[in-house]
Amino acid sequence: MTTSTAPPPTAAGAPKPSSKSDPQKHGRLAVLLLTPTFLVLALVILYPLIAAVRESLYRKQEGVDEAGFVVEGENFVGIDNFTAMFTGEAADRFWNAFFNTTFFTVTTLFLEIVIGVAMALVMHHALRGKGIVRASILVPWAIPTAVSAIMWQFIFQADGVANEVLNSQILWTTEGFQAKVAVIIADVWKTAPFVGLLVLAGLQIISNDVYEAARVDGASAWKQFWRITLPLVKPALLVAILFRGLDALRMFDLPFVMIGPRKRSVETLSMLAQEEALNLRIGPAAAYAIVLFVYVAVVAYAFVKLLGADVLGEARTRDKEAKQKMKVGPGMATV
Amino acid sequence: MVGKARVRGAALLAVAAVVLAGCGDSGSDDSGGGGGQAAALEGRGPIKFATGKDTSGNMQKLVDEWNGKHPDEKVEITELPESADDQRSQMIQNAQAKSKEFTILNLDVVWTAEFAANRWVVQLPEDQFDLDQFLEPAVNTGKYRDNLYAVPVYSDGGLLYYRKDLLDAAQVEPPKTWDEMAAACQKIKATPANANLGCYAGQFDKYEGLTVNFSEAVQSAGGNILDESGKPTVNTPEAKEGLNFLVDGVKSKAIPAAAITYKEEEGRRAFQDGELIFHRQWPYQYAKANATDGSSKVAGKFDVAPLPGKDGPGVSTLGGHNFAISAFAENKATALDFIKFFTSEEAERSNLLATSQAPTRANLYDDPELLEQFPYLTTLKESILNAVPRPQAVKYGDVTAAIQEAAYGAMNGDVSTDDALKDLQSKLESLTTQ
Repeated sequence: MTTSTAPPPTAAGAPKPSSKSDPQKHGRLAVLLLTPTFLVLALVILYPLIAAVRESLYRKQEGVDEAGFVVEGENFVGIDNFTAMFTGEAADRFWNAFFNTTFFTVTTLFLEIVIGVAMALVMHHALRGKGIVRASILVPWAIPTAVSAIMWQFIFQADGVANEVLNSQILWTTEGFQAKVAVIIADVWKTAPFVGLLVLAGLQIISNDVYEAARVDGASAWKQFWRITLPLVKPALLVAILFRGLDALRMFDLPFVMIGPRKRSVETLSMLAQEEALNLRIGPAAAYAIVLFVYVAVVAYAFVKLLGADVLGEARTRDKEAKQKMKVGPGMATV
Repeated sequence: MVGKARVRGAALLAVAAVVLAGCGDSGSDDSGGGGGQAAALEGRGPIKFATGKDTSGNMQKLVDEWNGKHPDEKVEITELPESADDQRSQMIQNAQAKSKEFTILNLDVVWTAEFAANRWVVQLPEDQFDLDQFLEPAVNTGKYRDNLYAVPVYSDGGLLYYRKDLLDAAQVEPPKTWDEMAAACQKIKATPANANLGCYAGQFDKYEGLTVNFSEAVQSAGGNILDESGKPTVNTPEAKEGLNFLVDGVKSKAIPAAAITYKEEEGRRAFQDGELIFHRQWPYQYAKANATDGSSKVAGKFDVAPLPGKDGPGVSTLGGHNFAISAFAENKATALDFIKFFTSEEAERSNLLATSQAPTRANLYDDPELLEQFPYLTTLKESILNAVPRPQAVKYGDVTAAIQEAAYGAMNGDVSTDDALKDLQSKLESLTTQ
């Protein structure tokens, strides 16, 4: 994001007209112009990353001395923080959190796409009150996650609205599958509008001529959706999936606030890192964060490799506006 | 313009990150002050007082009063986030950066050991406080290895709220033991109109409240989480009986199933809606449940008693807050004087009147004027005097997590009481090894 908003200094170092033809000078100028950008990137992205990697190789000393004071200092422990994650009880917890994270990502993503596309179609076709429909659909997305988590906690408590409506006695916030369902419902409610918005942008650039031609040929509404709308909106949809997927992998506040910390049914990888940090074990916390980072990076890379090439290929044949949009997709993956 | 400003902002951020990282690293060699004997607390001047939310505004009132009398030693309140975890993290971050920002820290009673052992707070001169005027259990929460690190300002103890109207109708006395409570409950529920009432509830969701309730159950059965020397003792018959009180309660439906989701507020709503006969709760519920604005269906229909136990009165767990002085702050002499002022009888009285938070000075509990406004004070004093602090462990965060894991699992029926306690014992042993 920083790259697009921080224009390199101009004017001052403007080259002489004659240098235009010299490729070597041209390259040097490019380096000069790009350096500030790279410098900023290195400071705000690379440095914290390296610091986290360094931190993950250390562990604070444990125990107290004779007088009851904590022994200070930290030791270099190599990859011990990582191996500790995969052994004994911690491994159990880690894989459980890993499963939860993946499960939440897959389920929420699926539901959000289905509902998001439906929302986009409604927003696209609503004739009267277009503005109001769009604004109201976006409200959930505008609410901070922690706030909506508390709201959903009220809904899902023992004597809450959810049980009232379903006429049931389900204890949503206790351990069990129902807690997962509660998190998924709240997350889908919150972020489906985001998918809807991105898909809507995709819908709006589809030319009406295509539909007219289809109608002339006698295509049904269903066929129009499958053969025209979906393929043409696919690039925008893929961007939405990528954004949401990466976001869902980092899920933290919803299960933490709504269901509670240390509940196995909804514990995600970020929650493990948070708990270690809360108890001042910065090394293991950094290790968890790095594992999560690698996982997110792998997923992003796989996504771009499997679907990203397609995105770019299609973009070339599309009009300029669409091109601009597509670039956001693969670009994000490198962050 | 905008671009440049952003670059500058980013550069600033980066610099800040480097500086912060530098601070984090420097914690290894030199140790802060506050070890061994209480060092002299010196320096006078303005100080800052880090605390949770001042909901009643009485803290500010007291600070204003102090500032009026001490224009050269002004105190400034720094309000921290509302959640206790966030307060603790901010204070710890402040300590790890060895920042002078906070002078006085408003610590939860369970943080004393961690802050003292890490040398984040200084030892306080015991002889400068009239500690014999304070409730002894409250004073003990401010001590680590027999040295005073924090002075008790607010205390808290568990009370048994009971439906006086129902007990009177069934002609039973407030119970002193668990068996009596079960019998009273049965008698009340024999009436068809009361058949659907829940018998007993406390704070049983998986959070700090469960640690409190589990500790109380174990202590009320004659056991303890840690013994005098700090060794865990949860693999004992007493601890088992304590946990079984909760587990069997859930099994027999005496504790309603929904109670496993109760924190303080959920339980309070259930009690106020008249769904519970007995409820273990902090004193704050008294005024709210007695509200006559229609929010409570049990206003005037309940009373409080000390917690019941297995064979006699139960043993509450202590809550509350203590004030400590940061090891890295300046003007510690002023801070000491301010704590003395804040724990004076007048200050504690005004606090009780404004916030209904329990004071730590014993004589306030017998004050006729206060008793009229807070009739539960006598019961509360009994509860606090009989109370035991939660385990004072340096790694309290891990200790409480282990306790919650064991108690929650057993109450949910996921593990047997025996297995839960055996597992807890071994976890606590590794967490408290010196």
